[in-house]
Amino acid sequence: MGLLPFLIFSVLFLIIPTSYLVIGSFKNNAGELTLQNYADLTNPLPLNSYLNSIEISLVTAVMGGILGFLMAYAVIRGGLPNVLRGGLLTFSGVASNFAGIPLALAFIFTLGRVGFLTVFLKDVLGINIYANGFTLYSKLGVELAYLYFQFPLMVLIMAPAIDGLRQDWREASENMGASTFQFWRYVALPILTPALLGTMILLFGNAFGAQATAQQLTGGQLNLVTLLIGRQMSGDVLHNQGLGFALAMGMVAIMGVTILIYLWLQRRAERWYR
Amino acid sequence: MRFSRLLWGAVFLFGVLYFALPLIGTFEFSLGHPTGAAGVPPSLRYYENVLNSPQFWGSLGYSFVIGLITIVVSIALIVPTAFWVRLKVPRARPLVEFITLLPFVIPPIVLVFGLLRTFNKPPLPLTNTNQGSDILLIAAYTILSFPYMYRAVDTGLRSIDVQSLAEASQSLGAGWVRTFWQVILPNLRVALLSGAFLTLAIVVGEYTIASFLARPAFGPYLSLLGGNKAYEPAAVALISFGLTWIAMLLIARIGRGSRTRVAVTGAR
Repeated sequence: MGLLPFLIFSVLFLIIPTSYLVIGSFKNNAGELTLQNYADLTNPLPLNSYLNSIEISLVTAVMGGILGFLMAYAVIRGGLPNVLRGGLLTFSGVASNFAGIPLALAFIFTLGRVGFLTVFLKDVLGINIYANGFTLYSKLGVELAYLYFQFPLMVLIMAPAIDGLRQDWREASENMGASTFQFWRYVALPILTPALLGTMILLFGNAFGAQATAQQLTGGQLNLVTLLIGRQMSGDVLHNQGLGFALAMGMVAIMGVTILIYLWLQRRAERWYR
Repeated sequence: MRFSRLLWGAVFLFGVLYFALPLIGTFEFSLGHPTGAAGVPPSLRYYENVLNSPQFWGSLGYSFVIGLITIVVSIALIVPTAFWVRLKVPRARPLVEFITLLPFVIPPIVLVFGLLRTFNKPPLPLTNTNQGSDILLIAAYTILSFPYMYRAVDTGLRSIDVQSLAEASQSLGAGWVRTFWQVILPNLRVALLSGAFLTLAIVVGEYTIASFLARPAFGPYLSLLGGNKAYEPAAVALISFGLTWIAMLLIARIGRGSRTRVAVTGAR
């Protein structure tokens, strides 16, 4: 059967390793079956890592979503010169893939303690952002860096949806006397909502699974799930192998729910593009 | 109308600034931070240092080779599978789609966690040797490439009417293998090339998996450099941005007219 190589490969390098974590998450250090590891996810360290990760993912998904949508709308329907559209889409393709270590470094060079923008603001405008409580090596810093790949992704995915918003719908609603507000409230937004929400959900998952950018930016000091799993892998910081596995499984569960909602919303969004 | 155009222009400008400022900052640092307090003149010395560094070329070369092998393995696994699902066993489609969706659900950090714990002991103690770890790295990257590779190939197959092509080729006397190599594969060129460049762009910058498998890859090299040197990392970060840009331009060039392909949960 032609599927065999693919299936064997997937079982060996995806299914078995994941199953190893699943089984391990139900065992204690003595190797006995237990549910204690999942109960222990509510300990302060793991719980806070989830809360921080969820907060950062939510903030960057919503902010990136709004910003990306506005950007895409600006170049497609905002009456701006047409060349900007191609430029934005090409750049978004690059920026959405510019992530991890180089991205973290770029933000350190820009908004770090002696970064280009930090120095510029201080010397030219007299604003010392670090004296005012800002630091790049924090949740806010990670959010700023994540937005760099989040909103280009939104631009890329929303552009076709905005293209699909047909000009005749607008004309039809104007002919019937609808104002711009009414057009958006009763026509455009209801059509775009599944796509908007679906993409934001995708952005949520995108940020939730990210590790390299935050690791480089904060030196692994910020308590995020991905960073905690990393620390657990190299040094058993939780002092419990099983709890580490449960932590990873909690992540998979959250990603699973994210993808299910995304698939459901995508099916709803596609109704309008046939 | 005039007012709204102004408003959209402002939105666009904000976005452009967000895009540009980190690049400008990195560029400024790559020249030795000439606007800083020390007031040194801008210099290309740091680019020179990087380009003369064996570690730079070594890690870039390593990641590039790993990327190429990943592409070959991924194509060798995905193309026959997608072909077979479309032509012979449509019943298996939900299963294959489910597996190729799993890398979205299982983030790289969790995947490498599982790989490390599974393959650090018999029967397959792969993490004990460099070759074994290389195999694990390629395997992990191949898994990461499944979602967009499978979709690209599946979409490609849908647009060429495999059924008729396969029947035509066979009624002319070609066997399955020949049909596959000489009829189906050439028709998938665009899909495969864009998948390949995307894989390369992702693999070359990847950090998480390479670092936990302790591989001498480009991502861990840049991370280490970022901790040790002041200005060289800026030069390397800009070079890496340029490489991403080239890969994306190539994808846009070969994929003209087809929809933009985006990869989620790659090397972040």
